[in-house]
Amino acid sequence: MTGKTMSTTAHNRSHDQLQLEPERYELTAAPPYRFDLDRREFFKFLGAGVLVVSVLPTAARAQESGGARQRRGDSLPKEIDAWLHIAEDGRITAYTGKAEMGQNIRTSLSQAVAEELHVPMDKIEMVMGDTQLTPFDMGTFGSRTTPTMNLQLRKVAAAACDMLIDLAAAQWKVDRSRLVADNGTVTDPQTKRSLDYAALTKGTQLTASLPAEDPLIPAAKWKVAGQSVAKVDGRDFVTGKHRYPSDQKLPDMLYGKVLRPPSFGAALLSVDTQQAEKLGATVVRDGNFIAVAAASSKQAADAVAAVHAEWKSEPQPSSKELFEYLRKNAVQGNDPSGDGDRFDVGHIDEALTSADHRLNGTFTVSYIAHVPLEPRAALAKWDGDNLTVWTGTQRPFGVRGQLAEAFRIPEDRVRVLMPDTGSGYGGKHTGETAIEAARLARAAKRPVKVVWTREEEFSWAYFRPAGVIDVTSGVRADGTITAWEFHNYNSGSAGIRTYYEIPNQRIVFHETQSPLRQGSYRALAATANHFARESHMDELAHAVKMDSLEFRLKNLKDERLRAVFEAAAKQFGWGKSKASGQGFGMGGGYEKLGNIATFAEVNIDRKSGDVKIVRVVSAFECGAIVNPDNLRNQIEGSNVQGLGGALFETIEFENGKILNGKLSQYRVPRFSDVPVLETVLLDRKDIPSVGAGECPMIGLAPAIANAIFDAVGVRLRSLPMVPDGLKMS
Amino acid sequence: MATIHLAINGHSYPVDADPETSLLTVLREHLDLTGSKYGCGEGQCGACTVLIDGKAQRSCITKLATVAQKQITTIEGLAAGEQLHPVQEAFLDAAALQCGYCTSGMIMSAVALLKRNANPGKKDIVDFMDGNICRCGTYPRIVSAIQKAANAMNHSAAGKGAGR
Repeated sequence: MTGKTMSTTAHNRSHDQLQLEPERYELTAAPPYRFDLDRREFFKFLGAGVLVVSVLPTAARAQESGGARQRRGDSLPKEIDAWLHIAEDGRITAYTGKAEMGQNIRTSLSQAVAEELHVPMDKIEMVMGDTQLTPFDMGTFGSRTTPTMNLQLRKVAAAACDMLIDLAAAQWKVDRSRLVADNGTVTDPQTKRSLDYAALTKGTQLTASLPAEDPLIPAAKWKVAGQSVAKVDGRDFVTGKHRYPSDQKLPDMLYGKVLRPPSFGAALLSVDTQQAEKLGATVVRDGNFIAVAAASSKQAADAVAAVHAEWKSEPQPSSKELFEYLRKNAVQGNDPSGDGDRFDVGHIDEALTSADHRLNGTFTVSYIAHVPLEPRAALAKWDGDNLTVWTGTQRPFGVRGQLAEAFRIPEDRVRVLMPDTGSGYGGKHTGETAIEAARLARAAKRPVKVVWTREEEFSWAYFRPAGVIDVTSGVRADGTITAWEFHNYNSGSAGIRTYYEIPNQRIVFHETQSPLRQGSYRALAATANHFARESHMDELAHAVKMDSLEFRLKNLKDERLRAVFEAAAKQFGWGKSKASGQGFGMGGGYEKLGNIATFAEVNIDRKSGDVKIVRVVSAFECGAIVNPDNLRNQIEGSNVQGLGGALFETIEFENGKILNGKLSQYRVPRFSDVPVLETVLLDRKDIPSVGAGECPMIGLAPAIANAIFDAVGVRLRSLPMVPDGLKMS
Repeated sequence: MATIHLAINGHSYPVDADPETSLLTVLREHLDLTGSKYGCGEGQCGACTVLIDGKAQRSCITKLATVAQKQITTIEGLAAGEQLHPVQEAFLDAAALQCGYCTSGMIMSAVALLKRNANPGKKDIVDFMDGNICRCGTYPRIVSAIQKAANAMNHSAAGKGAGR
């Protein structure tokens, strides 16, 4: 068995995650890039006022600013990750490279600034995801905005507030300690004098790098942070006014469309573009890239349909043989990619031999698609050698690097802007649409917009990795788990380590060849690994005839995780009696520094095989809560989205073609699929805030699997579990 | 190409386009009314929903030629100046959105539902709205927003009635 030394991520509870999970395949496919900021240029642009820049602490720089290919973060440029400017007119602008696509960080980050700067929320503008105006950021993924950027912006705002108090103290020649900042004003309570921030910053040109440790307001004393503040620009969204990437428009803009090969990896044999040109379209043929630009999207579609191309396709694996394929095509050899993906402790083989009960099981997960409701879109414009692209991406700086490479121009000639986008879920990390639009714009000498169709999004984006997981375990008759062996093929290593106390373990992630293009998906492989682990835990509980909750708690020391299991059990009413066809189950764990326990109630119609998820209770703890209602929204959303992958979503493919690449063929959760959702929030004001976009999803699939077993005694070990209903035979 | 006049949000718009063009494309490309969204192009997701003579229709599968004589309402025409429609208000109150890309279509569908049924129960809402997809999973909040809007509209109608 090949494998490597597993490093810190999976079981690391600290905030300094230095490693990217291997299933983020799309990130390592891109070449590394690096950008040094020219601060002087930026200060010139900003003008007078007060500017505070935040320099990341060394340990936190890995994801935020490390080179993309360096998963270990050994390339650590001294980087800035945020800045805040208070202009002479009192306007407050915070700049971050993070991007908004529905997580509501524009709001939660504004709360952070408002809290520490003592200003009303509506005085703050967040400039986000613009490679010209904001500091470098590796991307908005991995639930990192709250633990890193929220904290950095709080520090920056606190430092700015200190500077304003200093300015007032100097002007009034009083000791700063007697001054109070509140509601955008510094006041001297003894003399009743006060000056607002605009007056204080007038004529100044103060800049400061962030002090190493600025004291922050403790969560227990938060006034703005910690509140359910509404989405800052919500009105623009309910009126249709907000312009998403696909809504962008420029004068003289053309609409672009790309000719797609009939299958993945098909080779172009011949092409005739005369008809398309006769229709008045700009036609680009550059290697395998054939695309058109025309005055309307209809003309572009007609022109691309008029291109005659011959392709040669190769036979390729199909979804029917997927799991055998993954097992057979595990990457052999010693440490092939330099990643540590193995964890060993104790003596696993002896422990398995001597256990009272031994159990094994194989679990599988399908490829699934992100299906962001807004497909990929980009608008590109050239001014001489300078390129500007508006696009929906979670990695504006990464896309800038890809554009610079594609056109062989320096990165400082490329500007990528990310208007708040119609979701991503880990699916918008790459820049293919931006490159397509830019290539067409260069040929047409006019701005070009490319918006993918839903069918293109299904076939030419990337998928959540499929995987096979083998679990073998040993348990004593008293319910103590003694041995745990866990192999994950291809799906990934996020959440692969067990949080149960087990003295003998062997845990290995195996890279394999993948028949389809694959990459990050919300919660990564934590969904698959928790599905396998938490389902297997239930099987073990049954083997030793213990209650599922009691069995988990017997083998679990982690206090935060115990707390969410106990809170969810209480809310759910664990232990209550059930009717025929009814079943109860649980699943939980921690991921991305958050803790989740999910309890599900299902109802199964034995005749039809219809599985109804009736009720889901989630208890979640992510440190001090920044915005309770938005947190509930994220948890509810994780459960709703998670239903699809758990129950029915699966990509079918054959010979390099996606067979169900339309919304009429690929089922996603709808209103009628949604159970009663109850959320219990554990607010730990004594623990730093962490993210919540991913972790809440991971408990759902095993909770449903365990509830189905509880209802009818059928153990389902494949995601999706019931794409065609439950087979009872 | 003959000019077709469309009545949208109380205005008349001349449109020069192939009559086979989808209404969604006309709205977005020709008239720059980008509040209606493309999500699937086959009437499966509801992001493009507009009202045609008061009924919710998927503009991505509605051909230009078929709507020339009809009254069309898009998300841009829903508020009365600065005064949001009660359904828009209710979506904000219930925080019934995350990325917001489905929101226009959800609101237009909800408005159509409330025109038909001023007091929908949860099942009525789920049945009517099942053709609208929200990938962020805010469905329970949307149900609650529609109930809030129904209450607000009924309350306001009752108030007007009492004043007469």
